[in-house]
Amino acid sequence: MEKWINKLDKPLMMPITRRQKENENVDTFFFEHSINSQAGQFVMMWIPGVDEKPFSIAYDTGTELGLAVAKVGPFTEELFRLKVGDKVGIRGPYGKGFWKADGAKKVVMVGGGYGVAPLLNIAEELVQDEVDIHFINGARSKDLLLFQDRLNNLEAEIYTTTNDGSHGIKGLVTDPIKEILKKEKIDLVYICGPELMEKAVFDICEASGINCQISIERYMKCGMGVCGACAVDGTGEPMCIKGPVVDSKTVRGITEFGKYHRSGSGVKNNF
Amino acid sequence: MPDISINLAGIKFSNPTILASGILGVTKDSLKYVVKNGAGGCVIKSISKEERKGHNAPNMHAIEGGFMNAVGYSNPGLEKAKKEFTNLKDVGGPVIASIIGTDADEFAYMAENLLSEEFAAVEAVLSCPHTPGYGTLAGQGTPEATEEITKKVRAKTKLPLFIKVSPESQPIGEIAKAAEAAGADAISATNSMGPGIHLDIYAKKPILHFGMGGVSGPALRPIAARCVSDIYQSVKIPVIGIGGVTCGRDAIEMMLLGASAVQVGTAVYYRGAEVFKKITDEIEEYLKQEGFESVNDIIGIIHEKQWKNG
Repeated sequence: MEKWINKLDKPLMMPITRRQKENENVDTFFFEHSINSQAGQFVMMWIPGVDEKPFSIAYDTGTELGLAVAKVGPFTEELFRLKVGDKVGIRGPYGKGFWKADGAKKVVMVGGGYGVAPLLNIAEELVQDEVDIHFINGARSKDLLLFQDRLNNLEAEIYTTTNDGSHGIKGLVTDPIKEILKKEKIDLVYICGPELMEKAVFDICEASGINCQISIERYMKCGMGVCGACAVDGTGEPMCIKGPVVDSKTVRGITEFGKYHRSGSGVKNNF
Repeated sequence: MPDISINLAGIKFSNPTILASGILGVTKDSLKYVVKNGAGGCVIKSISKEERKGHNAPNMHAIEGGFMNAVGYSNPGLEKAKKEFTNLKDVGGPVIASIIGTDADEFAYMAENLLSEEFAAVEAVLSCPHTPGYGTLAGQGTPEATEEITKKVRAKTKLPLFIKVSPESQPIGEIAKAAEAAGADAISATNSMGPGIHLDIYAKKPILHFGMGGVSGPALRPIAARCVSDIYQSVKIPVIGIGGVTCGRDAIEMMLLGASAVQVGTAVYYRGAEVFKKITDEIEEYLKQEGFESVNDIIGIIHEKQWKNG
């Protein structure tokens, strides 16, 4: 019998083993769980009786899984009420993450807001392979910047931008990347953040003929390529299994990129 | 090479694998993606009169040997769906509309207002096991309700009309007869079974937020196969076999029992969207091995009374 019959995606209940405050609005929830993920993959978290939502993986040490969660709505408010020892259901990892590209020796990473975590995970791997990294980290203001310690420990050129100038360079992540591209030949750009930011960076890279890997977030309801909620226009592919990370060639085929996304019922919403 | 194309209710399909409603199918481009992966045709995700958010998640999960879901008919509603499903020739294969309603009049309203001539057919779903107000939870699985809904939809559309029935409606041959008498062109058999319950014993709660849900995949297959067999022997209109079809063997089994085509849903979970191409290749392989010239030659042949061929 083929191995497909053994697939068994359902949540596994596990206790929160510790919590770590990342900023005003973001906590990381840790689990003792060997998830064996790739940078950029996600899990589905189930709070019984509440809902189930996708979260990108912020930490995977091999024995410990960490999910950095912003308190933004009813589900996350419920999660923030939970204490160490309380259990939630986890299934995954899901999706296609960032990958090491052949011949990419000089790369730029552009992370906006929560997009920094998955990029840090791939960056920490690339450093082992002696890849030169420029890491641009942007947020609206200083108190929204994330993972500053991890960034500072990374062997990379770090650029920090804030919209209001409360930390680092005043401006957008597109400012430093333009400067970098003027000075150096870059092989690949990794992008993860709000979609309009991603689009702006992607457009710059397209104009310069530089390949990108971009994490595209859509409404991921099942995570298994079944429900169709995250299928993107143009290719029609479900991003939960064909993404969230895709390369420039795929992005060119996604006609809705940077324009709109769909709600859980399938209604289009513009960015 | 054996001929694998089929003609069902006047619609030509390049092969007998059709995407079942509720899997992918939210957008026109996702249908295109499914046809690109080898589907002979596709059914859109069911559309209701108004937008529906559906149940909270988890909406679906696997179980040992099967799959459970309680999506709750999330869909953008009639008006937005009309805009989504235009220029359907882009899809590259026949597109079947799927409609739901809370009663026969709403079904008729849906048929009248959603169905453009671009659709190849319409499937009216009387059999959802997990959405209050619709399907079996609204009593649509009886011969009387089947006849009334079929008749009212029939009056509003000239498109071939498929009636999608529940494996829980028994004797299912009687349901099929009621649909046939009221003007249906084909029976889609079956929907998921149940509702069933699957708990997480540590959470001490059902995993599905709705509390229960339809059971599909391999666990459903023998029951759906028997329903197809019963329906084939009860009516003269074609049957589409649906329920756990995951590989060529399963599709062939359905067709030997009388299905003119199969719909494939949960198998997308097990084997990816490429499953359509895979099943078609596996069917072709069987036809070659067994010396059949056409896939139409296997339909219903295990029954003694072959009063309907292809």
